[in-house]
Amino acid sequence: MEAFAYAAPRTVAEAVELLVGANGSARVLAGGTDLIPQLQEGRRRASLVVDVKRIPDLCVLDWNPEEGLTIGAAVPCAQVAAFPRVQQHYPALHTACTLIGSVMVQNRASLGGNLCNAAPSADSVPPLIVHAAEAVITGPGGTRRVPVESVCTGPGQTCLAPGELLVRLHLPVPPPHTASAYLRFTPRNEMDIAVAGVAAAVTLDPAEGTCAHVRVALGAVAPTPVRAIAAEEYLAGKPLTDEHLRRAAQLAVEAAKPISDVRGSAEYRRHLVTVLTFRTLRAVRDRLAGGPAARS
Amino acid sequence: MSTKVIVETTINGVPETFVCEPRQTLLEVLREELGLTGTKEGCGNGNCGACCVLLDGRPVNSCLVLAVEAQGREIVTIEGLAADGLHPLQQAFLEHGALQCGACTPGFLVSAKALLDAHPRPTEQQARRWLAGNLCRCTGYDKIIRAVLDAAERMQADGSAGEAALADKAEAGATGNAPQSSSRPTAGEEVRPA
Ligand code: FES
Ligand code: FES
Repeated sequence: MEAFAYAAPRTVAEAVELLVGANGSARVLAGGTDLIPQLQEGRRRASLVVDVKRIPDLCVLDWNPEEGLTIGAAVPCAQVAAFPRVQQHYPALHTACTLIGSVMVQNRASLGGNLCNAAPSADSVPPLIVHAAEAVITGPGGTRRVPVESVCTGPGQTCLAPGELLVRLHLPVPPPHTASAYLRFTPRNEMDIAVAGVAAAVTLDPAEGTCAHVRVALGAVAPTPVRAIAAEEYLAGKPLTDEHLRRAAQLAVEAAKPISDVRGSAEYRRHLVTVLTFRTLRAVRDRLAGGPAARS
Repeated sequence: MSTKVIVETTINGVPETFVCEPRQTLLEVLREELGLTGTKEGCGNGNCGACCVLLDGRPVNSCLVLAVEAQGREIVTIEGLAADGLHPLQQAFLEHGALQCGACTPGFLVSAKALLDAHPRPTEQQARRWLAGNLCRCTGYDKIIRAVLDAAERMQADGSAGEAALADKAEAGATGNAPQSSSRPTAGEEVRPA
């Protein structure tokens, strides 16, 4: 690894000052599971590595019935997955946190890092999108809140300006009669990267038995994780019958702009989007009905 | 540009101070500065688990940790497992023939210790899940899994679960680490090829 300086600030303000001072040549370190191999292999460079794990604001993990869930950007996946409210209210995210890498990786890898590394295949991002998560970003000009779906702008690229730091993620309380799920396809059981992934969250109108709110988000099939708007709009106001799920699954492909690579061809990925969207929505339906998937 | 830094840490229950460059990984410092060569380097990029150590009681890939991050933290390496005689996991690995070349073994043992600390009676599925980040090119895994489950049973039987080894001293300080969720969701959570 090329030499760099290291700092472990104690406050967001200190961290931002360090990032601003480095003029774009600093890298933020949380779990390091992406950053350290990137530095080792020369895929990213840093004059300064800013370790944010000693900043209390970035280590918060908290839930309350008004504001919902707050996840500090440096909190490791294992801690998120072990937080009871996460499994209860945000099952799509819970699943993603148990799928990323190994137990060893989950003990280090943070959701903030998964988002800011901006891999198209990042497992936690489609779930964050369907849970309507917002990113709280602080920079020299102050703090702004950005919907998670707008954070990634391309492979490895985010909307964060140099000097800006992702501080925390905020997930609103899901309305009653809401369920969610995340499914991905990997050829191997463990330690693999998604060929495609689909998250969905549905809020039911209990009187009508129809969808009041729907969010579907796709991973690994476009330069960034994307929402499948056509599928969402189609399902709004409809009951979750197999027929409607199948149609929504076909419409989800409209949002996919996959590439062919070592993990799969573009055509195969489009096929996976239909299969996974159908199965994810079916898992959501099972959960809404209190079925087996709800007890995972 | 980068100057050396002094890092104060605890390794296998003993306070340890070392000097390193920020770019050095914990794995590199353990092996090359501190002479703790039991921790192995397989891939150097987080894929093989040969470098597994406990950081504040939790298993991590030491090749993906900067040594400077260890400031004020507690580390347990494979050298910290045996107390008076071999750890039951080490004994079980020997008896079950759970190693051939042995390169992966320290990583498996540390991961397995973390598993048994969190789940003294793991199911086979839990054991496979916790050891999924450890690769072995020789044994085919079955003997490793059998050794781990057998060690768990023996530790239950003789009441040694969660005590004895030096390593546990280090973990006593690691409060605030909630026990982690262990088993991956099963039904319908992952899609396999038909
Ligand atoms: S050497 Fe660290 S995971 Fe392979
Ligand atoms: S015994 Fe040779 S790699 Fe596992």
